[in-house]
Amino acid sequence: MWDYSDKVKDHFFQPRNAGVLKDANGVGDVGSISCGDALRLMLKVEPESDIILDAQFQTFGCGSAIASSSALTEMIKGKTLAQALQVSNQDIADYLDGLPPEKMHCSVMGREALQAAVANYRGEVWSDDHEEGALICKCFAIDAVMIEDTIRANNLCSVQDVTNYTKAGGGCSSCHEGIEDILAKVVTERGETYKPGSVPKEDASPIGLTNLQRIRRIEAVLESVRPQLKRDGGDIELVDVDGKTIYVNMTGACAGCQMEALTLQGIQQKLMEELKEFIKIVPTKVGSLSRAMKG
Amino acid sequence: MNGIYFDNNATTRVDPAVVEVMLPYFTEQFGNPSSMHSFGNKVGLAIKKARMQVQELLGAEHDSEIIFTSCGTESDSTAILSALRAQPERREIITTTVEHPAILTLCTYLEKEGYKVHLLSVDGRGRLDLDEYKKLLSDQVAVVSVMWANNETGTFFPVVEMAEMANAAGAMFHTDAVQAVGKVPLNLKDTKIDMLSVSGHKLHAPKGIGALYLKRGTRFRPMLRGGHQERGRRAGTENSTSIVGFGKAAEMALAAMDYENTIVARLRDKLEAGILAKVPRSFVTGDPTNRLPNTSNIAFEFIEGEAILLLLNKFGIAASSGSACTSGSLEPSHVMRAMSIPYTAAHGTVRFSLSRYSTEFEVNRVIEVVPEIIAQLRKLSPYWDGDGPAAEPEKAFAPVYA
Repeated sequence: MWDYSDKVKDHFFQPRNAGVLKDANGVGDVGSISCGDALRLMLKVEPESDIILDAQFQTFGCGSAIASSSALTEMIKGKTLAQALQVSNQDIADYLDGLPPEKMHCSVMGREALQAAVANYRGEVWSDDHEEGALICKCFAIDAVMIEDTIRANNLCSVQDVTNYTKAGGGCSSCHEGIEDILAKVVTERGETYKPGSVPKEDASPIGLTNLQRIRRIEAVLESVRPQLKRDGGDIELVDVDGKTIYVNMTGACAGCQMEALTLQGIQQKLMEELKEFIKIVPTKVGSLSRAMKG
Repeated sequence: MNGIYFDNNATTRVDPAVVEVMLPYFTEQFGNPSSMHSFGNKVGLAIKKARMQVQELLGAEHDSEIIFTSCGTESDSTAILSALRAQPERREIITTTVEHPAILTLCTYLEKEGYKVHLLSVDGRGRLDLDEYKKLLSDQVAVVSVMWANNETGTFFPVVEMAEMANAAGAMFHTDAVQAVGKVPLNLKDTKIDMLSVSGHKLHAPKGIGALYLKRGTRFRPMLRGGHQERGRRAGTENSTSIVGFGKAAEMALAAMDYENTIVARLRDKLEAGILAKVPRSFVTGDPTNRLPNTSNIAFEFIEGEAILLLLNKFGIAASSGSACTSGSLEPSHVMRAMSIPYTAAHGTVRFSLSRYSTEFEVNRVIEVVPEIIAQLRKLSPYWDGDGPAAEPEKAFAPVYA
């Protein structure tokens, strides 16, 4: 069973704006029937102002595809086309409190439906600019096509290279066999022989950061999420960094919040991307204590 | 949980009588069956009894033909790798396009190691072409591995006949029978089947226990080497508690064989007929005239399986689907693709698999709920228009690949 957030479930069980929009003037049909996900997005745009007056969808797809479609229509209604096109697939995922890595492509599909519908409204033809492959790295949601293209474009020859260029394999490392298979294939095509090289060492920082640089980066990431936490009346502080474990203290409304685990998961993901290594974020006892006192 | 569990091909509940016989082996009967003292001796006797119970369910000639393993997958890997190591001069394997990943993924790996793998295709009803099979058999083939019954559609394969043909060509024959054992009467001693995989948790024993049937005289090379357990054919201290439970479950499955093939089959037929009568544009996949008594796989056109399962789950009904999304892959079930089921239907396949615990009440409830769910999702589908599919659905909605 997928670990869907309550928000995903809500938008799946009670989809907003589902069905045919009778007087639509911009329609985008995207998706792949072989993959089992396809979406029709219908927009009613006011020509004078470019404002999206109404948006509805029809989706052939799984729970998160339907939820992503529903979220997208909610997010873009009332926006101008220019504003709507600013909505990224990550924004759709964030609106839904996150999607499992295997399901991120559902939010990508939503964004592409939007581009296609806008193009249709403007009388242009939209063409897809990416191809999706089998998911290889689950930590960072990187697929086979992306890895293969990157290896080809940059003449890569080791798992370490692939991790540096795409992040794939930089997390739990269980996908290294899959990455090696792709490497072996492309390297053979180049007329060379693939020699298994080194994998990222556990202790050394993969991008060669000193301790101080590493901690500064961690603080910068925490700084970037702070405004969001403060908006909800909470805060976060860095307590200690011990190898791959980062201790933090959740304060204010964040301490004991039902969403704490989810929030930390999101911050952990950001940290992993920034540090390009697998780390674990752990709330300290101080946090748990204040939670106990509150409770 | 008081839900309706129609996903017994995935796994089954452990029968309370099985739990009961297992309990002493967690506590007072903790000995190692290999030990000389009485703590171990009683455990050794219990394992012997369990081995005979499994032997009887399989219709094997000798109890020593049963090797306990940790699961069906281990049995499959052990069988295939043994056949290859025992006959290094033979470099080919024959299997089918619709096998379980336990076989297919292993074969893909073996291909990289230089083995030639032949995949037998199936027709629209999931049936094999025995002429194609006959042409592939040669003195290069080390092992043929064909499942007894397909896990998704329940369709049977003619494994007894295929084993005769393999035997005549000098190739070993293995069958993954994890879905068939306990639902089909077996008499392995009268067949040419050399190896057969069985899994405990498919027949109301716990997870983490399985067995490999190895016909006496079949050349064998163990996968796990070490101690003398299982006569040196599968080293590692026995999972005695689960073995005892598996034995009991095997005995109960044999006793319930008629029930499975009459009452469970009738409930399955009622469920299937009830759904098909109420839901337009739905059809049964596989071969309904030749399949497991408990399995029904129905394709609901123009909607996606995971969405169906999520809504069923809301009503407390458990089933499974062949859609891509339920497995996290990019393609719908390889079984549906092998049968050339179109994508718009393959993604909407739902497998209902019953057990001897399923009731008429549950069947009626599912017949009542399913049509509403399908209608609800079709309202969201771009292929659907009001009360029926859009005229020429493939033209009405032809998305840009994204």
